Amino acid sequence: MQEFILRALLGGLGVAMVCGPLGCLVVWQRMAFFGAALSHAALLGIAIGLFFSINFYLSVLLVCVGMSALLMMMEKNRNVPSDTALGVLAHASLALGIVMISLMPSVRIDLMGYLFGDILSISWGDLAWIAGMIMVTIVFLITYWNTIILLIVDRELALAEGVGEQKLRLCFLGLLSLVVAVSMQIVGILLIVSLLVIPAATARRFSASPESMAIMAAIIGVLSVVLGLVSSFILDTPTGPSIVSVSAFLYAFSHLIPHKN
Amino acid sequence: MPKITEAETMIKPQPLIKLHEIKVSVNNELLLDNISLSVNQGEIVTLLGPNGAGKSTLIRTSLGLIQPQHGHVWKRANLSIGYVPQTVHIEQTLPMSVKRFLDLGGRFGGRFGRRFGRNNDLQPKNTPENMLAETLEKVGCQKILHSPMNKISGGELRRVLLARALLKKPELLILDEPTSGVDVSGQSAIYSLVTEIRDEFQCGILLVSHNLHIVMASTDRVICLNKHICCSGTPQDILQAPEFVTLFGEEANNGLHSTSGVGIYRHHHDHVHDIHGDIHGDIHGDIHKH
Repeated sequence: MQEFILRALLGGLGVAMVCGPLGCLVVWQRMAFFGAALSHAALLGIAIGLFFSINFYLSVLLVCVGMSALLMMMEKNRNVPSDTALGVLAHASLALGIVMISLMPSVRIDLMGYLFGDILSISWGDLAWIAGMIMVTIVFLITYWNTIILLIVDRELALAEGVGEQKLRLCFLGLLSLVVAVSMQIVGILLIVSLLVIPAATARRFSASPESMAIMAAIIGVLSVVLGLVSSFILDTPTGPSIVSVSAFLYAFSHLIPHKN
Repeated sequence: MPKITEAETMIKPQPLIKLHEIKVSVNNELLLDNISLSVNQGEIVTLLGPNGAGKSTLIRTSLGLIQPQHGHVWKRANLSIGYVPQTVHIEQTLPMSVKRFLDLGGRFGGRFGRRFGRNNDLQPKNTPENMLAETLEKVGCQKILHSPMNKISGGELRRVLLARALLKKPELLILDEPTSGVDVSGQSAIYSLVTEIRDEFQCGILLVSHNLHIVMASTDRVICLNKHICCSGTPQDILQAPEFVTLFGEEANNGLHSTSGVGIYRHHHDHVHDIHGDIHGDIHGDIHKH
């Protein structure tokens, strides 16, 4: 196997495994649109990274964390409905990012690569970031899995039992920002949310507990990555969209299988 | 009048929680004014009041979810509190069995948690599996241990919430409208369950109701709330209190129709001037003895 294919496969599998449980948390909290807004802001992060010539991962992470904080603040302001706030921030940051990039005439970047991913150009350095993300995710899940589910089930109950909501939310949003920054390379800014949401939605039909849904989502994500990579080779199609198409196909296909729950 | 065991009459009442001159206002609207109350070990205290009287605010203040602008809440050191919210809404996309729900709270739950879980401050220990079933049996719901949370009835949900609170071995149990969404016969069953729990666990119980007659039989002390404490005392005292009559109207004290011979009293208070809906059983003879 050629090395770049191995790297692509490893990166895709790593991201898919992380996106399984985190995607479930996104779905349960009805945060799909939030995730989309966060990933749109990633382009602004790239523009800022180019402008100040800092590492893209860092600049994207920074912008996404800032965006999360801004959204949390806007959520508290009841005058603006949260979906409106998300819509404003998501598209404003996407547009601003593209405008900023085009204002830097010396910079020539492959915009398509950022929007739809470029999994085949993953470097070992990128893989190190993915490994780091997996580590952080594992620590987060081990520490907070049960408490965050309690918080999702009933906020009052969780607070009464001493769950620190703010801390938990900040950690989760920080982690989500990290996932956006790191997964950008795999499926691109516009398709990151699908990697979170589609496997989780597919897994729901076949799961009886939160844990089984998280594991199932990870497996479905892994399957999508492998099949997507293979099909993109055979059909010579862009890899990111191929992966997402496969997962969407699996989602549709899953409805043909009778389920218990 | 609930039975008072010998042990209880012997010992001095031990307060579990004390609220002292609490004032809470939200957006410049005064919700609680000068509230002082305490709940002792082994005692059932009922908060009674019309909608908007601040009952839930008072509960939330006791739980520490709201910081009062004035006054303070004292709790006995290391007091373990079991909280039973009015209801929980489980997200449709979240698969959750009753068993798994009962196990939420520790750092880990479920099978994985029992095997690998570390303990944390939320719940002293991951609950052994047989205890989940036992506790569910205690509240009369053992059949639904493996049912999905979304499939159980309103009455079963109340009992599951109660079981979950009991798993924490509470010294103080706080129940917010434990019978909302439960039919009439289920309501009296839940209140007798509350009394049983008090007798077995010897815990203090603070519960909210807007329904005087159904709680009569199973409460030691009633506190009438309408932003401030209107009156408090034994259920019998309360019925005599002029403040109570003003708050709930004459109808609270008379015109009781026996419709269900199972000792159920029912009375909705939506507003001081809007009193309706009374289904009453046969304990009302007792009430008028005083």
